[in-house]
Amino acid sequence: MLSRTADHLFWQSRYMERAENTARLLDVNYQAALLPQTPEVAMAGWRSLLSLFELLPAYTARYGEIDARRVQEFIVADETSPSSILNSLRAARENARAVRGTLTTEVWETTNQTWIEFRALLKSGLLARDPAELFEWVKLRSHLARGVTLGTMLQDEAVDFLRIGSYLERADNTARMLDVKFHAVVGEPREEPVLRRDPAAEFYHWSSVLRSVSGFEVYRKAYSNVIVPEKVAELLILNGAMPRSLAHCMGRVLHSLRRVANDQSDETLRQAGKLKAELDYGRINEIMANGLHAYLTQFLERVGDLGGDISRDFLI
Amino acid sequence: MATMFDEMHAGERTRAHYQGYERWLAEQPQGQMQARREEAEVIFRRVGITFAVYGDKDSGEGTERLIPFDLIPRVIPAHEWREMEAGLRQRVTALNRFIHDVYHEQEILKAGIVPKEQVLHNAQFRPEMMGVNVPGQIYSAIAGIDIVRAANADGSGSYHVLEDNLRVPSGVSYMLENRKMMMRLFPDLFARHRIAPVAHYPDLLLETLRSLAPQGLASEPAVVVLTPGMYNSAYFEHAFLAQQMGVQLVEGKDLFVKDRFVYMRTTRGSRRVDVIYRRIDDDFLDPEVFRPESTLGCAGLIDAYKAGNVTLANAVGTGIADDKSIYPYVPAMIEFYLGEKPILHNVPTWQCRKAEDLAHVLANLKDLVVKEVHGAGGYGMLVGPAATKAEIEDFRRVLMARPDNYIGQPTLSLSTCPTYVEAGIAPRHIDLRPFVLSGAQGVQMVPGGLTRVALKEGSLVVNSSQGGGTKDTWVLEN
Repeated sequence: MLSRTADHLFWQSRYMERAENTARLLDVNYQAALLPQTPEVAMAGWRSLLSLFELLPAYTARYGEIDARRVQEFIVADETSPSSILNSLRAARENARAVRGTLTTEVWETTNQTWIEFRALLKSGLLARDPAELFEWVKLRSHLARGVTLGTMLQDEAVDFLRIGSYLERADNTARMLDVKFHAVVGEPREEPVLRRDPAAEFYHWSSVLRSVSGFEVYRKAYSNVIVPEKVAELLILNGAMPRSLAHCMGRVLHSLRRVANDQSDETLRQAGKLKAELDYGRINEIMANGLHAYLTQFLERVGDLGGDISRDFLI
Repeated sequence: MATMFDEMHAGERTRAHYQGYERWLAEQPQGQMQARREEAEVIFRRVGITFAVYGDKDSGEGTERLIPFDLIPRVIPAHEWREMEAGLRQRVTALNRFIHDVYHEQEILKAGIVPKEQVLHNAQFRPEMMGVNVPGQIYSAIAGIDIVRAANADGSGSYHVLEDNLRVPSGVSYMLENRKMMMRLFPDLFARHRIAPVAHYPDLLLETLRSLAPQGLASEPAVVVLTPGMYNSAYFEHAFLAQQMGVQLVEGKDLFVKDRFVYMRTTRGSRRVDVIYRRIDDDFLDPEVFRPESTLGCAGLIDAYKAGNVTLANAVGTGIADDKSIYPYVPAMIEFYLGEKPILHNVPTWQCRKAEDLAHVLANLKDLVVKEVHGAGGYGMLVGPAATKAEIEDFRRVLMARPDNYIGQPTLSLSTCPTYVEAGIAPRHIDLRPFVLSGAQGVQMVPGGLTRVALKEGSLVVNSSQGGGTKDTWVLEN
């Protein structure tokens, strides 16, 4: 396969995944805002969302005050923000268009149609009228893209590069989300937690974290227990069977990397394998003891480096 | 304009090959056609069958536009197609012989059939190609020949070749997609008619390209389609053809030349490339030989090409045969190389570089069509009868400044075909571009071609860049 083609596939699926994860986080925040909560807590929620996307400075420069509607508008539909859902879907579609001959007709048409309909939905005012429905729609379109890819594409390296792109992005997004959500509530070890004293608030906080990764029922199934932060972290970091966990994502990345390996990719495979092995043999109490924030920061760095290595070995 | 020729109607009478369609149309319930038209537009958008308009401002919708698709087919009876096909075969064969001759012995120039200076001083003449041998002596492997039917004084119509497109003719994807769309919208129509299929065009194209691969390859020839990229107006077609043939769609930056061989960069290292169906003009192919600032091509490509290590389709230098100043000589070429009478007519043409022709054109500007000899796409031309006085006078100045840059032709009364427009069904002018494939094993084509239609009432300009649309083209089998 042409390196340029692989590069477009990698970014096509990466942007589609990003759009989905952004919609997930927005949805959870929106749902949380429907619960009784103090304005400070609600504001903190939207602020943490902005910082998760590294958009806080851009937002404050533009609007100043945190305002739920504006934040949603900014993250969903801002033309200038590179990670808005609008721009993610545009980029997914542009990358797909550049390699439409490599995709099946169904995959291309799904991606193209998502872009066409998303703009129509925005124009129709759905975001203001019923944000949850818009977020749900984005998630569904991403599920559809994934299903159409699996159901129609020849399972060759094109699919591997699509997978590598989407799982790297998902690992990145899950890690960021955990980092922000833990920091907001639990703080670092031995720090005084902000919300610990309110069990109800804590329950809603962690259940919303789980819901954002479709993990609420999964958690119950895996632990048959009340929701405690350490276990949430364990599920989302170390449980290889949980499709949005770091262990699962890195497992899929490694699997696809092995299939596309070439003469110069040994070191990249070694790094990916090492990262995966550490997740396989990690223990949540060790991670927590050393500080979750430090752990996730390092993980994000390594995933970023891995993306760079993959690009160098295969995509240029 | 005197008489008109309509493809469907002869006065009150419906022509035989349209009677089946007309009966079907009469049976369609009210509103059906409008509903189908809207359906077609939604599908074309979803499929992304678009073209980019140069110089258009991005209005948020992107510069991607749909080419308007008309629901009413253009129907050609079998006997007409048989004759046209023979004429196309003859014409393209002679044109390929001419290009080979120009870059080798130049017999036709020595014989004085085509004036020497017309060829050797032509901007489209590529001295780099002198003495270069190309596989099968095929230069224009893919040709698009524009044909119009003009009304004669007695009300009959006859086909004329308006121009030959021997460099990178486009539009074949619309021919294929239009058929697919018609079959999807109106399956019952296809059950009621025997319509010659066209969907095997990509197979014929691949066969043609493979037949022109360099000699003595150790393995199957690697064929690629070379595109300027996704912002080119015909990108959809490039991607479509590559996909339909199952070959790589490459950009210049995917290619490199080493030791006079061409390679593409892949995820598993470099791979040899043997045949390049290039959809970029000569000028952009190789910055070492042509435009040095071009980033669309690949440095060293022409060197590899001249060494016979890669095939370019079409070959470099085919523009010498489709230049409008050479066009008037095509009938003479056919007689010179093949010893046959031309089957397809040319349109009478005045060459403005000749003093007496120029005088005639200047005296009759309001009745003539005047075109640039190297122009294409309906840009830079004058349609006398449709122009205002001021436009004519402006054009007169441009023409007199550089007469050798122009030819004049009578304004043909292009045939019309019923077309679905805002006001209902009305006649609109059409042309036809059949695609002719020449490979080592001979000339092949699918029946019909792309019918373009000028949607504006009275307009004779069918180019998509000028508001033209397209129709499905049926060749009816007996």
